[in-house]
Amino acid sequence: MSDTTAIQPGPGAALAAKTRRERRLPWGKWAIRTAAISYLTVLLIIPLLVIFRDGLQEGIGELVDQVTQPVAWNALKLTLWTAGVMTVINTVMGAVTAYVLVRYEFPGKSLLNSVVDLPLAIPTLVTGVMLVVLYGPQAILGSWFKESLGFSIIFAPPGIILALLFITFPFVVRTVQPVLSSLDRVQEDAAATLGASAGTIFRRITLPPLILPLASGALLSFARAIGEFGAIVIVAGNIPMFSQTAAVYVLGEVESENRLGASAVSMVMVAIALALMLVVDFLQQRIQKESS
Amino acid sequence: MSAVKNKPASPTVRLVRESAWIRRILVGIVFLYVGGLILLPLGALLVGAFKEGLGAILEALTQPDVMAAFGKTLYISLIVVVTQAIFGTIVAWVFVRDSFPGSKLLNALVDMPFAMSPVVVGYMLLLLFGRNGLLAPVLAPLGIQVAFALPGMIMATMFVTLPFMIRELIPLLQNFGVTQEQAAATLGANGWQTFWKVTLPALRWGFIYGVTLTFARALGEFGAVLVIGGGIQGRTETATLFIYRALDERQYVGAYSAAILLGLFSLILVMATDILRKMEKTRYT
Repeated sequence: MSDTTAIQPGPGAALAAKTRRERRLPWGKWAIRTAAISYLTVLLIIPLLVIFRDGLQEGIGELVDQVTQPVAWNALKLTLWTAGVMTVINTVMGAVTAYVLVRYEFPGKSLLNSVVDLPLAIPTLVTGVMLVVLYGPQAILGSWFKESLGFSIIFAPPGIILALLFITFPFVVRTVQPVLSSLDRVQEDAAATLGASAGTIFRRITLPPLILPLASGALLSFARAIGEFGAIVIVAGNIPMFSQTAAVYVLGEVESENRLGASAVSMVMVAIALALMLVVDFLQQRIQKESS
Repeated sequence: MSAVKNKPASPTVRLVRESAWIRRILVGIVFLYVGGLILLPLGALLVGAFKEGLGAILEALTQPDVMAAFGKTLYISLIVVVTQAIFGTIVAWVFVRDSFPGSKLLNALVDMPFAMSPVVVGYMLLLLFGRNGLLAPVLAPLGIQVAFALPGMIMATMFVTLPFMIRELIPLLQNFGVTQEQAAATLGANGWQTFWKVTLPALRWGFIYGVTLTFARALGEFGAVLVIGGGIQGRTETATLFIYRALDERQYVGAYSAAILLGLFSLILVMATDILRKMEKTRYT
């Protein structure tokens, strides 16, 4: 195609330059494409394939057996329900935070805005250490909780949820915030002129365009929580059948060289992550399409 | 920075009336939540470490094994950041400007490390490079040690930091479009000059942000380097692995001090980028 355009005489300087560029491009384009694909294949695709190969090596029956062993099964269940509880709280609080940041003016707003990103900068292991210092059995707050409320946070599921809330806080806020601030408020004004109440306006006009980003942020938090390790290993106490999550279970199986158990649970975790991330990717493309 | 006052979100009179109470309650709830969830634990860690005094912190941090661990972390992070900056740019460019069968799926898969457990990442590499790993028959005769050594830890950190650079650059490349590059080409610039003088400056902030996030994530990586590196004291022990061991051995001052140093390091990195960006914004607007 570029050959035929190149033969055409004098199509103007711009076009000439463009064709010159296009004619030269294929070589460079191929080199860059090959570099990108090789990089992703070596770093990403091969390791992912290896985990599926190893998980399925002994057949589906063995995989099911390994995953449904009481300790493994309980670890997976704990991982899923704590991530679920976190997702609900995080979605609500993330939405409120985004709303407050976009719609209101108040002292301390820019500080609040930077604190939202803090969890992205702090290593999750450090997050775990912070929570143990605050809520641990020797800490003031920890012993107060234990004595007055009768349950401990650290070395128990509530600690896991707290750690997950800390780590995933930016995700919902940062997916909802840009969409909310790009909304045209004329529609809300129009509804108000027509006599709609503030509640109706929020429900019928403000909320609908936020559903997609909320779903995307929620799934992103959930997916991130399934694999979380650094904070949880410090906070949870890792007691099998009680506070041992799937990631910590895999670590134990790797250390005791139980390859079947480690591969089976790893594969299930990767499969969940893969499914969730494909949905998130789809949602984010929809959001982009709707905003443009 | 205080000179940069935020403008009111909307200068016009709003027709929707929200009661002042709803506003106060919502703002209050957010402050309580963020304060309790994020700032309180942060404060607790600072108080916990400084209880023993600054001298104890400094002494704990200047132990040879702690310094060696931080050195390893920096070494791994720097290698990862440089590699990711180069290949991340290439990959982002290919995703935006080039399409080939499977490029959409590959683009979606780039986010996988974000959702994958670091333990599983380490385990995957162990299945490839470990003693009985798939590549053992190739690597062992050559005498190349990847697992329980730095190469494996670098690969693990590369895997977990893969999305950051690419995800920062893709939207910028999309917005930037090809018109400016074509203009440069019209003026006689060659492909390389166009990239250096036109494309790269436009991507500057995405690039800086990508590098910062990659760096911060690499500094804090724990699960993957634990599994593939084994945390062998003096050989494969990074800063996070030291904190983990110190907690296990009940050396609390050492653990808390190292945690603060590591946290501060990442924090300053991210905050500095943020401030730089704001300064540039105010200068040009």
